[in-house]
Amino acid sequence: MVREFTLHELWFLVLAVRWTIALSAIAFVAGGAGGIAVALSRVSRSVLLAGAATAYIKIVQGTPLLMQLYLVYFGASLLRVTSDAWTAAALGLALYSSAFLGEIWRGCIQAVPHTQWEAARALGLGYPAQLRFIILPQASRIALPPTVGFLVQLVKGTSLASIIGFTELTRAAAVVNNATFRPLMVYTAVAGLYFVLCWPLSVLSDRLERRLDRAGSAAASVQM
Amino acid sequence: MDYVFQFGVVWREIDALLLGAWLTLRLSALAMVFGLIVGIAGALAKASRYRTLRLIAHTYVEAIRNTPFLVQVLFVYLGLPSVGMRLTPDQAALLAMVINLGAYTTEIVRAGIKAVPAGQIQAGTALGLSRWQIFRFVVCLPALRAVFPALGSQFILVMLASSVVSVISAEELTAVADTIVARNFRSFEVYLIVTGLYLAMCLAFQGAFAVIHRALFARWRA
Repeated sequence: MVREFTLHELWFLVLAVRWTIALSAIAFVAGGAGGIAVALSRVSRSVLLAGAATAYIKIVQGTPLLMQLYLVYFGASLLRVTSDAWTAAALGLALYSSAFLGEIWRGCIQAVPHTQWEAARALGLGYPAQLRFIILPQASRIALPPTVGFLVQLVKGTSLASIIGFTELTRAAAVVNNATFRPLMVYTAVAGLYFVLCWPLSVLSDRLERRLDRAGSAAASVQM
Repeated sequence: MDYVFQFGVVWREIDALLLGAWLTLRLSALAMVFGLIVGIAGALAKASRYRTLRLIAHTYVEAIRNTPFLVQVLFVYLGLPSVGMRLTPDQAALLAMVINLGAYTTEIVRAGIKAVPAGQIQAGTALGLSRWQIFRFVVCLPALRAVFPALGSQFILVMLASSVVSVISAEELTAVADTIVARNFRSFEVYLIVTGLYLAMCLAFQGAFAVIHRALFARWRA
Protein backbone atom coordinates (compact mmCIF):
# COMPACT_ATOMS: atom_id res chain seq x y z
CA MET A 1 0.00 0.00 0.00
CA VAL A 2 1.28 3.45 -0.88
CA ARG A 3 1.06 5.96 1.92
CA GLU A 4 0.23 9.60 1.37
CA PHE A 5 2.81 12.23 2.18
CA THR A 6 0.96 13.91 5.03
CA LEU A 7 1.88 16.01 8.04
CA HIS A 8 2.55 12.73 9.79
CA GLU A 9 5.35 11.86 7.34
CA LEU A 10 6.68 15.40 7.53
CA TRP A 11 6.79 15.12 11.32
CA PHE A 12 8.79 11.88 10.97
CA LEU A 13 11.38 13.85 8.98
CA VAL A 14 11.41 16.69 11.50
CA LEU A 15 12.04 14.20 14.30
CA ALA A 16 14.96 12.71 12.35
CA VAL A 17 16.64 16.14 12.53
CA ARG A 18 17.56 15.40 16.14
CA TRP A 19 19.88 12.61 14.97
CA THR A 20 21.52 14.96 12.50
CA ILE A 21 22.00 17.48 15.30
CA ALA A 22 23.22 14.82 17.76
CA LEU A 23 25.74 13.47 15.26
CA SER A 24 26.97 16.98 14.40
CA ALA A 25 27.29 17.88 18.07
CA ILE A 26 29.25 14.76 19.01
CA ALA A 27 31.54 15.09 15.99
CA PHE A 28 32.09 18.77 16.78
CA VAL A 29 32.92 18.27 20.45
CA ALA A 30 35.17 15.25 19.88
CA GLY A 31 36.63 16.78 16.72
CA GLY A 32 37.22 20.03 18.58
CA ALA A 33 39.25 18.26 21.26
CA GLY A 34 41.21 16.47 18.55
CA GLY A 35 41.49 19.71 16.59
CA ILE A 36 43.22 21.47 19.49
CA ALA A 37 45.72 18.62 19.68
CA VAL A 38 46.30 18.76 15.91
CA ALA A 39 46.69 22.55 15.90
CA LEU A 40 49.14 22.54 18.82
CA SER A 41 51.16 19.71 17.23
CA ARG A 42 51.24 21.65 13.99
CA VAL A 43 52.78 24.74 15.65
CA SER A 44 55.00 22.76 18.02
CA ARG A 45 58.76 22.97 17.79
CA SER A 46 59.05 19.18 17.51
CA VAL A 47 59.63 18.36 13.83
CA LEU A 48 58.20 14.87 14.28
CA LEU A 49 54.98 16.08 15.90
CA ALA A 50 54.49 18.89 13.37
CA GLY A 51 55.18 16.51 10.47
CA ALA A 52 52.71 13.92 11.74
CA ALA A 53 50.00 16.56 12.18
CA THR A 54 50.66 17.93 8.68
CA ALA A 55 50.42 14.45 7.15
CA TYR A 56 47.20 13.78 9.05
CA ILE A 57 45.61 17.00 7.78
CA LYS A 58 46.79 16.33 4.20
CA ILE A 59 45.32 12.82 4.20
CA VAL A 60 41.95 13.81 5.66
CA GLN A 61 41.59 16.88 3.44
CA GLY A 62 42.83 14.98 0.38
CA THR A 63 40.40 12.05 0.51
CA PRO A 64 36.60 11.87 0.30
CA LEU A 65 34.65 11.92 3.56
CA LEU A 66 32.67 8.94 2.27
CA MET A 67 35.89 6.86 2.02
CA GLN A 68 36.85 7.88 5.56
CA LEU A 69 33.47 6.75 6.85
CA TYR A 70 33.77 3.45 4.95
CA LEU A 71 37.24 2.79 6.33
CA VAL A 72 36.19 3.54 9.91
CA TYR A 73 33.00 1.51 9.54
CA PHE A 74 34.60 -1.57 7.95
CA GLY A 75 37.86 -1.15 9.90
CA ALA A 76 36.02 -1.02 13.23
CA SER A 77 34.13 -4.20 12.47
CA LEU A 78 37.34 -5.97 11.36
CA LEU A 79 38.99 -5.00 14.64
CA ARG A 80 35.84 -6.20 16.41
CA VAL A 81 35.54 -2.78 18.05
CA THR A 82 32.02 -2.20 16.86
CA SER A 83 29.85 -2.88 13.85
CA ASP A 84 27.44 -0.14 14.81
CA ALA A 85 26.81 2.55 12.18
CA TRP A 86 26.14 5.23 14.80
CA THR A 87 29.51 4.75 16.53
CA ALA A 88 31.36 4.49 13.22
CA ALA A 89 29.71 7.62 11.85
CA ALA A 90 30.44 9.60 15.01
CA LEU A 91 34.06 8.43 15.07
CA GLY A 92 34.58 9.05 11.35
CA LEU A 93 33.08 12.55 11.48
CA ALA A 94 35.10 13.35 14.62
CA LEU A 95 38.35 12.40 12.85
CA TYR A 96 37.28 14.47 9.84
CA SER A 97 36.47 17.49 12.03
CA SER A 98 39.70 17.24 14.00
CA ALA A 99 41.76 17.65 10.81
CA PHE A 100 39.74 20.59 9.47
CA LEU A 101 39.46 22.36 12.84
CA GLY A 102 43.13 21.67 13.50
CA GLU A 103 44.10 23.38 10.26
CA ILE A 104 41.74 26.32 10.83
CA TRP A 105 42.99 26.86 14.38
CA ARG A 106 46.62 26.44 13.34
CA GLY A 107 46.11 29.40 11.01
CA CYS A 108 44.56 31.44 13.81
CA ILE A 109 47.38 30.68 16.23
CA GLN A 110 49.95 31.67 13.63
CA ALA A 111 48.02 34.86 12.86
CA VAL A 112 48.85 36.13 16.33
CA PRO A 113 51.91 38.39 15.86
CA HIS A 114 55.18 36.74 16.75
CA THR A 115 56.08 39.59 19.08
CA GLN A 116 53.29 38.41 21.39
CA TRP A 117 55.14 35.12 21.94
CA GLU A 118 58.35 37.03 22.57
CA ALA A 119 56.67 39.41 24.96
CA ALA A 120 55.13 36.51 26.86
CA ARG A 121 58.52 34.83 27.09
CA ALA A 122 60.10 38.08 28.22
CA LEU A 123 57.56 38.20 31.04
CA GLY A 124 58.91 34.85 32.17
CA LEU A 125 55.85 32.75 31.26
CA GLY A 126 56.36 29.08 30.43
CA TYR A 127 55.06 27.55 27.20
CA PRO A 128 51.67 26.44 28.61
CA ALA A 129 51.15 29.84 30.21
CA GLN A 130 52.15 31.64 27.00
CA LEU A 131 49.48 29.68 25.16
CA ARG A 132 46.84 29.91 27.85
CA PHE A 133 47.07 33.60 28.74
CA ILE A 134 48.55 35.33 25.70
CA ILE A 135 48.14 33.39 22.45
CA LEU A 136 44.91 31.40 22.66
CA PRO A 137 42.70 34.28 23.86
CA GLN A 138 43.78 36.31 20.81
CA ALA A 139 43.63 33.35 18.42
CA SER A 140 40.14 32.33 19.53
CA ARG A 141 38.76 35.73 18.52
CA ILE A 142 39.94 35.20 14.94
CA ALA A 143 38.91 31.53 15.06
CA LEU A 144 35.22 32.06 15.75
CA PRO A 145 33.92 32.93 12.22
CA PRO A 146 35.68 30.09 10.34
CA THR A 147 34.76 27.62 13.09
CA VAL A 148 31.08 28.46 12.76
CA GLY A 149 31.53 28.21 8.99
CA PHE A 150 32.99 24.72 9.37
CA LEU A 151 29.96 23.73 11.45
CA VAL A 152 27.84 24.19 8.30
CA GLN A 153 30.17 21.86 6.41
CA LEU A 154 29.92 19.34 9.26
CA VAL A 155 26.10 19.37 9.43
CA LYS A 156 26.02 18.76 5.67
CA GLY A 157 28.67 16.05 6.04
CA THR A 158 26.52 14.09 8.49
CA SER A 159 24.20 13.28 5.56
CA LEU A 160 26.84 10.77 4.40
CA ALA A 161 26.25 8.73 7.56
CA SER A 162 23.04 7.61 5.84
CA ILE A 163 25.15 5.68 3.31
CA ILE A 164 26.71 3.46 5.99
CA GLY A 165 23.24 2.91 7.41
CA PHE A 166 22.77 5.37 10.24
CA THR A 167 19.22 6.75 10.31
CA GLU A 168 19.55 10.52 10.37
CA LEU A 169 17.64 13.00 8.23
CA THR A 170 18.78 11.81 4.78
CA ARG A 171 18.10 8.16 5.56
CA ALA A 172 14.74 9.06 7.06
CA ALA A 173 14.00 10.68 3.71
CA ALA A 174 14.73 7.41 1.91
CA VAL A 175 12.42 5.59 4.32
CA VAL A 176 9.57 8.06 3.75
CA ASN A 177 10.21 8.09 0.00
CA ASN A 178 10.04 4.31 -0.21
CA ALA A 179 6.64 4.37 1.50
CA THR A 180 5.08 7.34 -0.29
CA PHE A 181 6.76 7.49 -3.73
CA ARG A 182 6.72 11.28 -3.56
CA PRO A 183 10.47 11.95 -4.05
CA LEU A 184 10.10 15.56 -5.15
CA MET A 185 8.14 16.48 -2.05
CA VAL A 186 10.26 14.39 0.32
CA TYR A 187 13.61 15.72 -0.86
CA THR A 188 12.34 19.29 -1.05
CA ALA A 189 11.23 18.98 2.57
CA VAL A 190 14.56 17.44 3.59
CA ALA A 191 16.56 20.12 1.76
CA GLY A 192 14.40 22.70 3.54
CA LEU A 193 15.15 21.15 6.93
CA TYR A 194 18.91 21.17 6.26
CA PHE A 195 18.59 24.77 5.13
CA VAL A 196 16.90 25.71 8.39
CA LEU A 197 19.82 24.16 10.27
CA CYS A 198 22.63 25.57 8.14
CA TRP A 199 21.53 28.98 6.96
CA PRO A 200 21.50 30.70 10.39
CA LEU A 201 25.02 29.36 10.97
CA SER A 202 26.19 30.70 7.59
CA VAL A 203 24.71 34.12 8.33
CA LEU A 204 26.25 34.12 11.81
CA SER A 205 29.65 33.20 10.41
CA ASP A 206 29.48 36.05 7.85
CA ARG A 207 28.39 38.57 10.50
CA LEU A 208 31.15 37.55 12.90
CA GLU A 209 33.70 37.84 10.13
CA ARG A 210 32.56 41.30 9.12
CA ARG A 211 32.61 42.44 12.72
CA LEU A 212 36.11 41.08 13.13
CA ASP A 213 37.18 42.88 9.93
CA ARG A 214 35.82 46.16 11.26
CA ALA A 215 37.47 45.64 14.63
CA GLY A 216 40.70 44.74 12.84
CA SER A 217 40.75 47.85 10.65
CA ALA A 218 39.83 50.03 13.64
CA ALA A 219 42.73 48.56 15.61
CA ALA A 220 45.04 49.07 12.64
CA SER A 221 44.08 52.73 12.30
CA VAL A 222 44.64 53.26 16.03
CA GLN A 223 48.11 51.76 15.72
CA MET A 224 48.90 54.10 12.83
CA MET B 1 42.49 -10.00 15.48
CA ASP B 2 41.95 -13.11 13.38
CA TYR B 3 41.23 -11.29 10.13
CA VAL B 4 43.71 -11.89 7.32
CA PHE B 5 44.14 -8.96 4.98
CA GLN B 6 44.14 -9.93 1.33
CA PHE B 7 45.32 -7.21 -0.97
CA GLY B 8 46.11 -9.73 -3.72
CA VAL B 9 42.48 -10.09 -4.78
CA VAL B 10 42.26 -6.31 -4.94
CA TRP B 11 45.38 -5.90 -7.06
CA ARG B 12 43.78 -8.18 -9.63
CA GLU B 13 41.10 -5.50 -10.02
CA ILE B 14 43.51 -2.61 -10.37
CA ASP B 15 42.65 -2.10 -14.05
CA ALA B 16 38.98 -1.61 -13.20
CA LEU B 17 39.93 0.79 -10.39
CA LEU B 18 42.20 2.85 -12.64
CA LEU B 19 39.38 3.05 -15.18
CA GLY B 20 37.13 4.24 -12.34
CA ALA B 21 39.68 6.90 -11.43
CA TRP B 22 39.67 8.07 -15.04
CA LEU B 23 35.85 8.25 -15.01
CA THR B 24 36.00 10.33 -11.82
CA LEU B 25 38.46 12.71 -13.45
CA ARG B 26 36.34 13.04 -16.58
CA LEU B 27 33.15 13.64 -14.59
CA SER B 28 34.86 16.24 -12.38
CA ALA B 29 36.43 18.02 -15.35
CA LEU B 30 33.09 18.23 -17.19
CA ALA B 31 31.39 19.48 -14.04
CA MET B 32 34.13 22.06 -13.56
CA VAL B 33 33.77 23.47 -17.10
CA PHE B 34 29.99 23.79 -16.92
CA GLY B 35 30.09 24.83 -13.27
CA LEU B 36 32.46 27.66 -14.13
CA ILE B 37 30.09 28.89 -16.86
CA VAL B 38 27.18 28.83 -14.37
CA GLY B 39 29.42 30.56 -11.85
CA ILE B 40 30.35 33.40 -14.20
CA ALA B 41 26.67 33.85 -15.11
CA GLY B 42 25.78 33.80 -11.42
CA ALA B 43 28.44 36.36 -10.55
CA LEU B 44 27.25 38.68 -13.34
CA ALA B 45 23.66 38.24 -12.12
CA LYS B 46 24.74 39.13 -8.59
CA ALA B 47 26.41 42.31 -9.87
CA SER B 48 23.43 43.15 -12.09
CA ARG B 49 21.42 46.38 -12.04
CA TYR B 50 18.20 44.39 -11.79
CA ARG B 51 16.97 43.56 -8.33
CA THR B 52 15.10 40.41 -9.43
CA LEU B 53 18.19 38.95 -11.08
CA ARG B 54 20.29 39.68 -7.99
CA LEU B 55 17.65 38.08 -5.79
CA ILE B 56 17.46 34.91 -7.92
CA ALA B 57 21.24 34.51 -7.93
CA HIS B 58 21.41 35.12 -4.18
CA THR B 59 18.66 32.56 -3.46
CA TYR B 60 20.35 29.98 -5.69
CA VAL B 61 23.73 30.37 -3.99
CA GLU B 62 22.32 30.27 -0.46
CA ALA B 63 20.03 27.29 -1.19
CA ILE B 64 22.89 25.22 -2.59
CA ARG B 65 25.51 26.19 -0.04
CA ASN B 66 23.26 25.37 2.90
CA THR B 67 22.08 21.90 1.84
CA PRO B 68 24.14 18.68 1.55
CA PHE B 69 25.44 17.62 -1.86
CA LEU B 70 24.02 14.13 -1.26
CA VAL B 71 20.50 15.56 -0.90
CA GLN B 72 21.01 17.57 -4.10
CA VAL B 73 22.06 14.40 -5.95
CA LEU B 74 19.01 12.49 -4.69
CA PHE B 75 16.74 15.44 -5.49
CA VAL B 76 17.96 15.55 -9.09
CA TYR B 77 17.95 11.80 -9.65
CA LEU B 78 14.80 10.79 -7.77
CA GLY B 79 12.84 14.03 -7.62
CA LEU B 80 13.12 15.53 -11.09
CA PRO B 81 11.47 12.57 -12.91
CA SER B 82 8.20 13.59 -11.18
CA VAL B 83 8.25 16.78 -13.22
CA GLY B 84 9.09 14.91 -16.40
CA MET B 85 12.89 15.14 -16.30
CA ARG B 86 14.13 11.59 -16.52
CA LEU B 87 17.92 11.35 -16.33
CA THR B 88 20.37 8.47 -16.41
CA PRO B 89 22.52 8.16 -13.27
CA ASP B 90 25.49 9.69 -15.11
CA GLN B 91 23.45 12.65 -16.37
CA ALA B 92 21.90 13.20 -12.95
CA ALA B 93 25.32 13.07 -11.30
CA LEU B 94 26.77 15.60 -13.73
CA LEU B 95 23.76 17.93 -13.42
CA ALA B 96 23.88 17.82 -9.61
CA MET B 97 27.62 18.52 -9.66
CA VAL B 98 27.21 21.45 -12.04
CA ILE B 99 24.41 22.96 -9.95
CA ASN B 100 26.48 22.52 -6.79
CA LEU B 101 29.70 23.89 -8.28
CA GLY B 102 27.87 26.77 -9.95
CA ALA B 103 26.90 28.16 -6.55
CA TYR B 104 30.42 27.96 -5.12
CA THR B 105 32.07 29.36 -8.25
CA THR B 106 29.56 32.22 -8.27
CA GLU B 107 31.00 33.35 -4.95
CA ILE B 108 34.59 32.76 -6.09
CA VAL B 109 34.16 34.68 -9.35
CA ARG B 110 32.28 37.46 -7.57
CA ALA B 111 35.16 37.88 -5.14
CA GLY B 112 37.50 38.05 -8.15
CA ILE B 113 35.44 40.74 -9.87
CA LYS B 114 35.28 42.74 -6.65
CA ALA B 115 39.05 42.55 -6.47
CA VAL B 116 39.31 44.64 -9.68
CA PRO B 117 39.59 48.30 -8.58
CA ALA B 118 36.81 50.57 -9.89
CA GLY B 119 39.49 52.99 -11.10
CA GLN B 120 40.65 50.45 -13.69
CA ILE B 121 37.15 50.13 -15.13
CA GLN B 122 36.93 53.93 -15.31
CA ALA B 123 40.32 53.98 -17.01
CA GLY B 124 39.00 51.46 -19.54
CA THR B 125 35.99 53.67 -20.23
CA ALA B 126 38.28 56.69 -20.60
CA LEU B 127 40.34 54.78 -23.17
CA GLY B 128 37.16 54.29 -25.20
CA LEU B 129 36.89 50.51 -24.72
CA SER B 130 33.48 48.98 -25.30
CA ARG B 131 31.54 47.35 -22.45
CA TRP B 132 32.52 43.92 -23.77
CA GLN B 133 36.19 44.86 -24.10
CA ILE B 134 36.22 46.22 -20.57
CA PHE B 135 34.61 43.05 -19.30
CA ARG B 136 37.07 40.86 -21.18
CA PHE B 137 40.39 42.64 -20.67
CA VAL B 138 39.95 44.81 -17.60
CA VAL B 139 37.65 42.69 -15.42
CA CYS B 140 37.79 39.07 -16.56
CA LEU B 141 41.48 38.33 -17.01
CA PRO B 142 42.76 39.97 -13.81
CA ALA B 143 39.78 38.51 -11.94
CA LEU B 144 40.62 35.03 -13.25
CA ARG B 145 44.20 35.44 -12.13
CA ALA B 146 42.97 36.40 -8.67
CA VAL B 147 40.57 33.46 -8.40
CA PHE B 148 42.71 30.75 -10.02
CA PRO B 149 43.95 29.25 -6.72
CA ALA B 150 40.41 29.17 -5.27
CA LEU B 151 39.07 27.54 -8.44
CA GLY B 152 41.84 24.96 -8.26
CA SER B 153 40.91 23.96 -4.72
CA GLN B 154 37.25 23.94 -5.65
CA PHE B 155 38.02 21.49 -8.47
CA ILE B 156 39.76 19.18 -6.01
CA LEU B 157 36.84 19.49 -3.58
CA VAL B 158 34.36 18.52 -6.29
CA MET B 159 36.52 15.58 -7.32
CA LEU B 160 36.48 14.30 -3.73
CA ALA B 161 32.77 15.03 -3.29
CA SER B 162 31.98 13.15 -6.50
CA SER B 163 32.45 9.86 -4.62
CA VAL B 164 28.96 10.54 -3.22
CA VAL B 165 27.31 10.05 -6.64
CA SER B 166 28.06 6.32 -6.26
CA VAL B 167 24.78 6.15 -4.27
CA ILE B 168 22.87 6.53 -7.54
CA SER B 169 25.34 4.18 -9.30
CA ALA B 170 26.78 6.83 -11.57
CA GLU B 171 29.98 5.53 -13.12
CA GLU B 172 33.03 6.71 -11.18
CA LEU B 173 35.71 5.38 -8.86
CA THR B 174 33.63 4.73 -5.73
CA ALA B 175 30.89 2.99 -7.72
CA VAL B 176 33.52 0.74 -9.32
CA ALA B 177 34.83 -0.02 -5.83
CA ASP B 178 31.31 -0.85 -4.62
CA THR B 179 30.92 -3.35 -7.48
CA ILE B 180 34.23 -5.02 -6.63
CA VAL B 181 33.31 -5.21 -2.94
CA ALA B 182 30.00 -6.83 -3.85
CA ARG B 183 31.99 -9.52 -5.68
CA ASN B 184 34.87 -10.30 -3.30
CA PHE B 185 33.65 -8.89 0.07
CA ARG B 186 37.09 -7.36 0.73
CA SER B 187 35.56 -4.01 1.66
CA PHE B 188 38.36 -2.64 3.83
CA GLU B 189 41.15 -3.51 1.40
CA VAL B 190 39.28 -2.17 -1.63
CA TYR B 191 38.28 1.11 0.03
CA LEU B 192 41.77 1.58 1.44
CA ILE B 193 43.29 1.36 -2.03
CA VAL B 194 40.58 3.59 -3.47
CA THR B 195 41.26 6.15 -0.73
CA GLY B 196 44.91 6.04 -1.78
CA LEU B 197 43.92 6.66 -5.39
CA TYR B 198 41.85 9.71 -4.40
CA LEU B 199 44.74 11.04 -2.33
CA ALA B 200 47.15 10.53 -5.24
CA MET B 201 44.81 12.38 -7.62
CA CYS B 202 44.39 15.19 -5.11
CA LEU B 203 48.14 15.65 -4.60
CA ALA B 204 48.81 15.41 -8.35
CA PHE B 205 46.29 18.17 -9.06
CA GLN B 206 47.59 20.39 -6.28
CA GLY B 207 51.03 20.11 -7.85
CA ALA B 208 49.75 20.62 -11.39
CA PHE B 209 47.70 23.71 -10.46
CA ALA B 210 50.69 25.29 -8.73
CA VAL B 211 52.80 24.76 -11.87
CA ILE B 212 50.04 26.08 -14.18
CA HIS B 213 49.51 29.11 -11.98
CA ARG B 214 53.18 30.02 -12.14
CA ALA B 215 53.41 29.41 -15.89
CA LEU B 216 50.22 31.27 -16.76
CA PHE B 217 50.48 34.35 -14.61
CA ALA B 218 54.21 34.78 -14.02
CA ARG B 219 54.61 37.46 -16.70
CA TRP B 220 51.81 39.49 -15.17
CA ARG B 221 53.26 39.73 -11.76
CA ALA B 222 52.75 43.28 -10.62
